[in-house]
Amino acid sequence: MIALDSGHTAWVLMSAALVLFMTPGLAFFYGGMVRSKNMLGMLMQNIFAMGLVSTIWAIVGFSLVFGDSGNGWIGNFDFLFLADVNNLDGDIPGMALVAFQMMFAVITPALITGATADRLKFGSYAVLIGFWSLLVYIPAAKWVFNGWLLDMGALDFAGGTAIHINAGVAALAVVIVIGNRKGHGTVAMPPHNLPLTMLGTGILWFGWIGFNAGSGLAADGVAAQALVNTHLAAATGMLGWLLVEKLKAGHATTLGAASGAVAGLVAITPCAGFVGGPAPLIIGAAAGVLCFLALGIKEKMNWDDSLDVIAVHLIGGIVGTLLLGFFADTAINGEFDGVFYGGGLELLKDQFVAAIVVGVFSFVVTFALAKIIDSTMGLRIDEEAELRGLDQSQHAESAYTS
Amino acid sequence: MKLVTAVIKPFKLDDVKDALKAAGSAGITVSEVRGFGRQGGHTETYRGAEYKIDFVPKVSLQVVVDDADVDSIVEAITTSAATGKIGDGKIWVTDVDRIIRIRTGEEGGDAV
Repeated sequence: MIALDSGHTAWVLMSAALVLFMTPGLAFFYGGMVRSKNMLGMLMQNIFAMGLVSTIWAIVGFSLVFGDSGNGWIGNFDFLFLADVNNLDGDIPGMALVAFQMMFAVITPALITGATADRLKFGSYAVLIGFWSLLVYIPAAKWVFNGWLLDMGALDFAGGTAIHINAGVAALAVVIVIGNRKGHGTVAMPPHNLPLTMLGTGILWFGWIGFNAGSGLAADGVAAQALVNTHLAAATGMLGWLLVEKLKAGHATTLGAASGAVAGLVAITPCAGFVGGPAPLIIGAAAGVLCFLALGIKEKMNWDDSLDVIAVHLIGGIVGTLLLGFFADTAINGEFDGVFYGGGLELLKDQFVAAIVVGVFSFVVTFALAKIIDSTMGLRIDEEAELRGLDQSQHAESAYTS
Repeated sequence: MKLVTAVIKPFKLDDVKDALKAAGSAGITVSEVRGFGRQGGHTETYRGAEYKIDFVPKVSLQVVVDDADVDSIVEAITTSAATGKIGDGKIWVTDVDRIIRIRTGEEGGDAV
């Protein structure tokens, strides 16, 4: 047994709280962007993930990721109902790892809700994210954080593949199954409350400190580096996005500032504890620029990815995952060197494989799951309900009453 | 009795209110409205996608006045709401058949 370290434990517990706060932050980030009649529907989908996914995590999720099965594919049932988790060896209690990783499991399916805004039937959404957590998130998290992709040599500090590529691809799969919003492309659907989106951005940025700097499960120099990297990537992500937005669309917008910051945060996630020097600035700026340019993908393909989960999370996740293959620096964390630090192409190749594997796996399983739900209970609300909005049709409430 | 209805730029409301008070108007009713005229709408951009906003926010106000006061009220609104730029709005005057003060039941000129 390794002795418990109170400093590490305190920081991981604190980080769990920070990551928890990101889900309501995401709710308001997305909520401000939908039309007012769908505000409560959006908030509910995100908050509900805190209820459902936490429950699944406690019953079986943690065990299936961190139970020591001896294989790299899936855990076991040793920690069912969180029994005996403190037997896990390490310098923090197993229960601290349970708490921290639980918040990741919660926010990942919640990311999908931005793509399918305004048209998911609530009951079907609940079934979708429940099974998605079990069939997609848990295996992917196992492979990346504690399984064969990690053993192969792919690096993912805080979830660029397991969380952002995974959720981004899943969002695409569900969008293809559920179809576009009524009036997509003909009716204007501008955000109803960008101040709330800005507030949500602030909460996400704040919580991301725990997301990334907590992922080393230690209060040490790597955590400090990860914290600074995270913040800097958000900063240059914002600058990069605003610059191209100003040049290409004419104005630097508040929604652009928010989106660019989040794009930078997404991209630095896999890299946070492995890079240093100018790398976080470059990675953030690259994400800001590339994610803005990726907005055109959904137009070309006629995918109604309503709040740009593909452009921000999928493309941002890919940018970060691949750039890590260039910028990883053993001087920061003693793991691997990327192309720019004399490590050759080995890491880049592993990063590429991890991105493809997680992406293809997530797409296939999510697509099948969404199809099955769609043909049994129906994934989408009917036309009249969509016209009235999610608030009234799904929850019998209104976000704004006089 | 006449009903004077004006659609004006929202930020001019305070000036118009002051001018109407000075012109002796006993009360006005104000609503926030949206619409378009020759000014047309404007465009907004969200994540690079342009939205044409056809309906521009305006304020509509209504004043009921004695026939004799119509010209001075219209004059007060015209001067106070004008910026000289497109989109200043419109005023129209219509006949009012009856007017009743709910509290007392008074009718006609006494109820204005």
